[in-house]
Amino acid sequence: MSLLTPEPGLVFWMLLSFGIVVFILARYGFPVILKSVEKRQNYIEASLQAAHESQEELGKVMEHGERLLTEARKEQHVILQETARLKEQLIEEARAGAAAESEKMLEAARKTIAAEKEEALRSIRHEISSLSIQLAERILRERLGNEKEQMKMIDRLLDEVDISKS
Amino acid sequence: MVIAGFISLALLFSTLSLSAAALPVNEEAADREELNVKEMILHHLADTYEWQIVSNGTKELTLPLPVILYSKHTGWHFFLSSRLSHGESSYQGFRIGAEGKYAGKIVEIASGGEDVTRPLDLSLTKNAASLLFSSLLLMLLILGVARAISRDPLKPQKGFAGMMEMFVVMLQEELIRPAVGKDYARYTPYLLTLFFFILINNLIGLIPLFPGGANVTGNIAVTMVLAITTFLVVNCTGSKEYYKEIFWPDVPVWLKVPFPLMPLIEVVGLFTKPFALMIRLFANIMAGHAIVLGLTSLVFISVSLGSAINASMTAASVLFTVFIDFVELLVAFIQAYVFTLLSAVFIGLARVEAHPPVSSESAHQAE
Repeated sequence: MSLLTPEPGLVFWMLLSFGIVVFILARYGFPVILKSVEKRQNYIEASLQAAHESQEELGKVMEHGERLLTEARKEQHVILQETARLKEQLIEEARAGAAAESEKMLEAARKTIAAEKEEALRSIRHEISSLSIQLAERILRERLGNEKEQMKMIDRLLDEVDISKS
Repeated sequence: MVIAGFISLALLFSTLSLSAAALPVNEEAADREELNVKEMILHHLADTYEWQIVSNGTKELTLPLPVILYSKHTGWHFFLSSRLSHGESSYQGFRIGAEGKYAGKIVEIASGGEDVTRPLDLSLTKNAASLLFSSLLLMLLILGVARAISRDPLKPQKGFAGMMEMFVVMLQEELIRPAVGKDYARYTPYLLTLFFFILINNLIGLIPLFPGGANVTGNIAVTMVLAITTFLVVNCTGSKEYYKEIFWPDVPVWLKVPFPLMPLIEVVGLFTKPFALMIRLFANIMAGHAIVLGLTSLVFISVSLGSAINASMTAASVLFTVFIDFVELLVAFIQAYVFTLLSAVFIGLARVEAHPPVSSESAHQAE
């Protein structure tokens, strides 16, 4: 039964080699491996966390952008409406201004025309009166060629003046 | 086992050449090659002073190993095992015992002649040399992995380092942490060393070529040291509660006061746990080696039964040996795992904390 009796020599060598192995590996082997693995685990966890956070951040930023965009769109709408209104108004004003101006010009033209017509009438009247005086002169000269006629005339005129005085 | 496998292979070749060259004298060859299977298996399971690399029955290639002896009468002796090989005459008053209590061991021949005593024998035997070799290999591997990983801890490892890293983390997370409990980190390095030490020795024992093949973890001295270390770790770090449960367990007083029955049982239990560890590993690995040796011996036993039977038995033997070798690969892992698991469980049991005081009310409810 030598298989079942531990040999002291082998026990000694086993103690020696296993002791050295445990001493070395439990100090410089497995803790190093486990620590490195843990380090990597922490790193991965932190990276995941960071990724998650940045994703959230991105979501927030995108939401913010979205909000800004809708706001801008709204503002744009308002501005466009305003502009349209202004344009309308301007056109209206311009149209009104133009109408007033043309009215004024027409008025002025009309006045000028009227004044000129007056002027023309007056000059025509003047012409006519001087023409008629000349005509009357000529006629008078023709009819009052002799003394008698002249006297008659004077008498009649005198009569007329008397009548009008009385 | 596997040295044996290799030797058997060498024997097989020699047998084949014998049967080819000397078919007419088959009978004679069979007589010459008569094999004592039991002796052969026991020889290869046991430790030897030299490391037999290959042998064909007449010639053999062995690696002599240092013999270190201390005799009460003549002091220290150092010499190579080749001085004592194979029943040659004694050297410096020592020879290898042929039979009886000290068969296969170095004995000191007393000056009288007949009286033999056993000196203190610290020889670097085959198992010791194999142990040193596997320890060195294990340290190189693990330290290499540790260096590779710690050089750039953030980079995922590939190849061997990646596998070992996965292995180590798996053992820590799946085995050590659940079994030990709260402060598992303190015990992880020891338990991992234990696991890989057993595993590498189991695996090297399965390799039939020279640096492997020794029946290291199938030797009771080796498993005894492993079990004692676990015993020390368990009992030197046990909690107060653990010792209280051993020496003053929660049982009726008459079970412990006049005669300390329960404490006695608990103390016996302290020693049976590592004893079971020791026997389990030893028996499993030794049995595996013995099975492979036995199956290989079929070839040589059946030589005398004629070449037809011999050929078919050879085929069967090779098939079975391959199958058992695969089983042994599994066993190599399982036994390392079980030893570590049970060590971790024992540590966990020795780390118990005081139960929260049970109030009488809830005790009544429990009843």
